[in-house]
Amino acid sequence: MRLTRGQLVRRRFKRNRLAVFGLVTLIAMFFLAFIGPFFSKYKWDELDFLNLLQPPSGEHWFGTTQIGGDVFALTMRGLQKSLIIGLLVALFSTGIAAMVGAFAGYLGGKIDKAMMWVVDLLLVLPAFLLIAVMSPLYRGKTWLIFVVLLAAFGWMITSRIVRGMAMSLRERDFIRAARYMGVPTRTIVFRHLIPNVASILIIAATLDVGGTILSETGLSYLGFGIQPPDVSLGSLIADGTNSALTYPWLFCFAGGALVLTVLSVSFIGDGLRDAFDPGASTGANS
Amino acid sequence: MGYFLAAIALNPRSNYEGRNPPLPASTVEKKLSDLNMNDKTPVVERYFTWVGGVVRGDLGTTLNEKSVNSEISRRIWVSLRLLLIGSIIGSVLGVVTGVVSAVRQYKPFDRYFSIASYVFLSAPVFLIALLLKFGAINLNNKLGFTFIYTVGEYSPEFQGAGLSSLINRIQHLILPTLSIALGGIAFYSRYQRNAMLDVLSSDHLRTARAKGLTKRQALFKHGLRVAILPLTTFFAYSFGLLITGAAFTETIFGWNGMGQWFVTSVQANDINSTAAVILFSSVLVLLSGFLADIVTAALDPRVRLR
Repeated sequence: MRLTRGQLVRRRFKRNRLAVFGLVTLIAMFFLAFIGPFFSKYKWDELDFLNLLQPPSGEHWFGTTQIGGDVFALTMRGLQKSLIIGLLVALFSTGIAAMVGAFAGYLGGKIDKAMMWVVDLLLVLPAFLLIAVMSPLYRGKTWLIFVVLLAAFGWMITSRIVRGMAMSLRERDFIRAARYMGVPTRTIVFRHLIPNVASILIIAATLDVGGTILSETGLSYLGFGIQPPDVSLGSLIADGTNSALTYPWLFCFAGGALVLTVLSVSFIGDGLRDAFDPGASTGANS
Repeated sequence: MGYFLAAIALNPRSNYEGRNPPLPASTVEKKLSDLNMNDKTPVVERYFTWVGGVVRGDLGTTLNEKSVNSEISRRIWVSLRLLLIGSIIGSVLGVVTGVVSAVRQYKPFDRYFSIASYVFLSAPVFLIALLLKFGAINLNNKLGFTFIYTVGEYSPEFQGAGLSSLINRIQHLILPTLSIALGGIAFYSRYQRNAMLDVLSSDHLRTARAKGLTKRQALFKHGLRVAILPLTTFFAYSFGLLITGAAFTETIFGWNGMGQWFVTSVQANDINSTAAVILFSSVLVLLSGFLADIVTAALDPRVRLR
């Protein structure tokens, strides 16, 4: 029986129990975040003034906050935000990484030097600090600016990997053949180079989702991320911490959802890596 | 080394970024000009004034007219102590657990540690720190006295030198250090385990065994040395993460360090202080990159200094 590469990858992935567990959990999280709120009686911005700071019950599944917000609805709202931001940022930053890396590696020379200089520059500065510094820029504006910033500071390491691969692909026969046939650079990069590093890109994008969610919640925790009145898992945890000892439901659901999401994303990423490239050692890439 | 040189050139830019947050709260034009924060002056001009100051060793003044220099000298050791102890504990324990789990691949020790490190890598620093804090508060309540302090750097009544104040400081140090180190342990042990597994199956280790070394000797003399190499590179990158982590831990545990200062000064739109912290952290990252290069050169027989 002959298998296509896709089938092979899928089969290897399915054999990895942790990865499948991660995928199932993540899908469950998505359903919970986007469909769950329809089954709840309360909206995330709705306040129930009769029930302040109540523990979880049939009425309020995860309890209520100090001002009567429904913790279940709030957590779901935060989970939605974190998931969307994670996906969008991973998509954008992997896109940038693929373009920069492929062009730098393929063209070489001065363009390569210039691009890698920018990459080094951005790597030296902790992205977290920079985004926090720029946070006043999107205060009171749409959270999409936040997404753009996260993506703009998250692509460097992947682009280095892509660049390394592009440099070796450049000398391969099929790329040379295309070049000698007069195919323009842009076409070579998009038609031949990037598809050949697709597996790396998929893996990097998956792992990026986890990393992004972590930095997003971190920034939101300190008040530099998603701005109120909107909520994110990070800001929920921040709100819940002051009274978390006596009222644990305020933050433990958000924290649990956060850890579970990131955990399942990283299981999927590792599973994908093993599936695409069984010989490779997990991890060590820079 | 090329990386290092390129990176030095970047510092000015980081400071440049630092000046972006608009508008100090104060409205007095002259005061702003004095502080070199007036947004009427072109950014480039202010930037050069600032760089001029930095070259002379003057980092400017904070919004409430204190010298940034004195502020830094007060806070820098708080942060450095936290960062150094945290990263040393993190990397050493991480390497040790990584090696042990590689040697005992798929045995119970390896399995438990793999799962634990996955969980710690998925939990953000602030969550770990918070949980530790709550755990400690519960423990203190159970014990009936304060065994592990959760707030601050030392208790005011133990200011002087001497054994009791040292113990007091250690009691304060445990939690913040632990919350920084746990992430580091998880991170390093993952990579160390993988690197070690690669080395364990390599030819030169088999050769070492064949020439009569015991398993232990071969492992330590030939295996570990090679397997640690890739980690030194990660050390440089992870230092940036560590500084980020310090911002959280210092905020949560109420330490007056650089990280906590950063958070408050961004919130206060204090440009000079923010720029100083960013400068501090990029210098740290560069230093750790430099250190990583030196360690690589010392460990790797293939790299010879020219």
